[in-house]
Amino acid sequence: MQTKVENNKAWFLVLPVFLIVAFSAIIPLMTVVNYSVQDIFDPYTRYFVGTEWFKQVMLDSRLQEALLRQFIYSFTIIIIEVPLGICVALMMPTKGRGASLALILVAIPLLIPWNVVGTIWQIFGRADIGLFGAFMSSIGVDYNYASDPTDAWLTVVLMDVWHWTPLVALLCYSGLRAIPEVYYQAARIDQASRWAVFRYIQLPKLTNVLIIGVLLRFMDSFMIYTEPFVLTGGGPGSSTTFLSQALVQQAIGQFDLGPAAAFSLVYFLIILLVCWVFYTTIMNMQKDK
Amino acid sequence: MTQSNTSMTRTRNTGKKEQAPVYSKAERKTRNAHLRGRFGLVLYLVLLLLPIYWLINMSFKTNTEILSGLSFFPEDFTLANYAKIFGDPTWYMGYVNSIFYVSMNMVISLLVALPAAYAFSRYKFIGDKHMFFWLLSNRMAPPAVFLLPFFQLYSSVGLFDTHIAVALAHCIFTVPLAVWILEGFMSGVPREIDETAYIDGYSFPKFFVRIFIPLIRSGIGVTAFFCFMFSWVELLLARTLTSVDAKPIAAIMTRTVSASGMDWGLLAAAGVLTILPGMLVIYFVRNHVAKGFALGRV
Repeated sequence: MQTKVENNKAWFLVLPVFLIVAFSAIIPLMTVVNYSVQDIFDPYTRYFVGTEWFKQVMLDSRLQEALLRQFIYSFTIIIIEVPLGICVALMMPTKGRGASLALILVAIPLLIPWNVVGTIWQIFGRADIGLFGAFMSSIGVDYNYASDPTDAWLTVVLMDVWHWTPLVALLCYSGLRAIPEVYYQAARIDQASRWAVFRYIQLPKLTNVLIIGVLLRFMDSFMIYTEPFVLTGGGPGSSTTFLSQALVQQAIGQFDLGPAAAFSLVYFLIILLVCWVFYTTIMNMQKDK
Repeated sequence: MTQSNTSMTRTRNTGKKEQAPVYSKAERKTRNAHLRGRFGLVLYLVLLLLPIYWLINMSFKTNTEILSGLSFFPEDFTLANYAKIFGDPTWYMGYVNSIFYVSMNMVISLLVALPAAYAFSRYKFIGDKHMFFWLLSNRMAPPAVFLLPFFQLYSSVGLFDTHIAVALAHCIFTVPLAVWILEGFMSGVPREIDETAYIDGYSFPKFFVRIFIPLIRSGIGVTAFFCFMFSWVELLLARTLTSVDAKPIAAIMTRTVSASGMDWGLLAAAGVLTILPGMLVIYFVRNHVAKGFALGRV
């Protein structure tokens, strides 16, 4: 890494970013903090309640279930998407027309609005008009994502794998492209097996991008809202109600501003904590180089 | 790299095929692996594109045909669904609105992120690391958390239901990302270029616009692509901050749900039209996007 010059005037360059993000981040965040310690009946009647809402939220069994579901979900998709993404990246051609074509095709799911992703799978999974649903019932599986919790869960996971594996794949692809050809030549001279090339040349070079990939996937899957909302509406029952949705139900559906705000803060802190761990790891790894 | 792998082995083998049977076996092995790879990729792409194909297929069908059974090609090919969208301002204005606020967001993000990324990549200043993490932490804030406060904030400053409101709200995650990607690209430009330019008498703004920005062109393209991508796909904030005048297409699509049952054909057509802009944009940056996906940091 290059040495940087100490210069506090650089703050002037950062100021526009600071202002624009502060406007959209700090003010709403403070509003949430403000709500979380008050009991609000209407704009003029409010009481200070301290940590009351936080206690209530932490003990709320519905939210605990949503949190557990969320962790299982995020874990499942990362376990599936990361190896699959690596495989796809290894298979993608590196030169010529094929490379551009594969790149564009793989990237398509990332550019579809999230509710359209939900709509696509809503249609695709239906037994009467969708290919996937029809295929499942034709091989004798009683599949219905709207009424069976397991099917709903599987469909949401499948949708996420479909939607986000391309991100992991493209990250890995760019990581692989950065490996100099000489490494492979050396491996050929040593008659290294395909597995050895992967294990000792490609995988170590991929660590950096994989951390970014896992970080992004964790953050985004932890905030997932639109896709399951469109696909299953959180049901059947509450089998696919993840944290964001539980939060929106509480804040807007029941208008419980105080508890919803307290819940928001806890939610935000969990993400922040996990991401801070990731961020420090990345930074330390870059320092080691 | 599998491709070059095979060709390398092959050229080396042609001369001494008899003497080294080990090589030809290895060659066969690589070629098999190569074919397997191609097959796997094609299989993956087919599975990837199937749901999208199904949507496109459906958008050209009438509702009666959709409900009467499954078919891979529309028998009764119709453009009525698309005609309906392009003939009704409440529909097509949704696309205009979406494209409008996404472009605004792209411009704002780039304008503020460029100098900031330069500062992060070149200078050390008080609180730089904390600032960087704080910026990134906004990317981690679940939009659902900010839904209500955002609504109140933008209503109170009179920006509710305007394009700029959505563009500003989306800045909360596009700006940190833009700074992150641009910082990666800028760190790849040697410091000596800055120093030489200053010695040659360039002022900072002149140097930045004339020399530095052309150097990181591809980085800017990729950043714009990412801003587009994340702003285009987001619905929750965009829907909350708009009601009529700036309503995005993704929110308008939900209209098909009501009425008498579901207008599947129209829904599919609207969905297909939301995919097109993304494909167009990625086509332009296809050669740089691989680097951009590593956030300029490989």
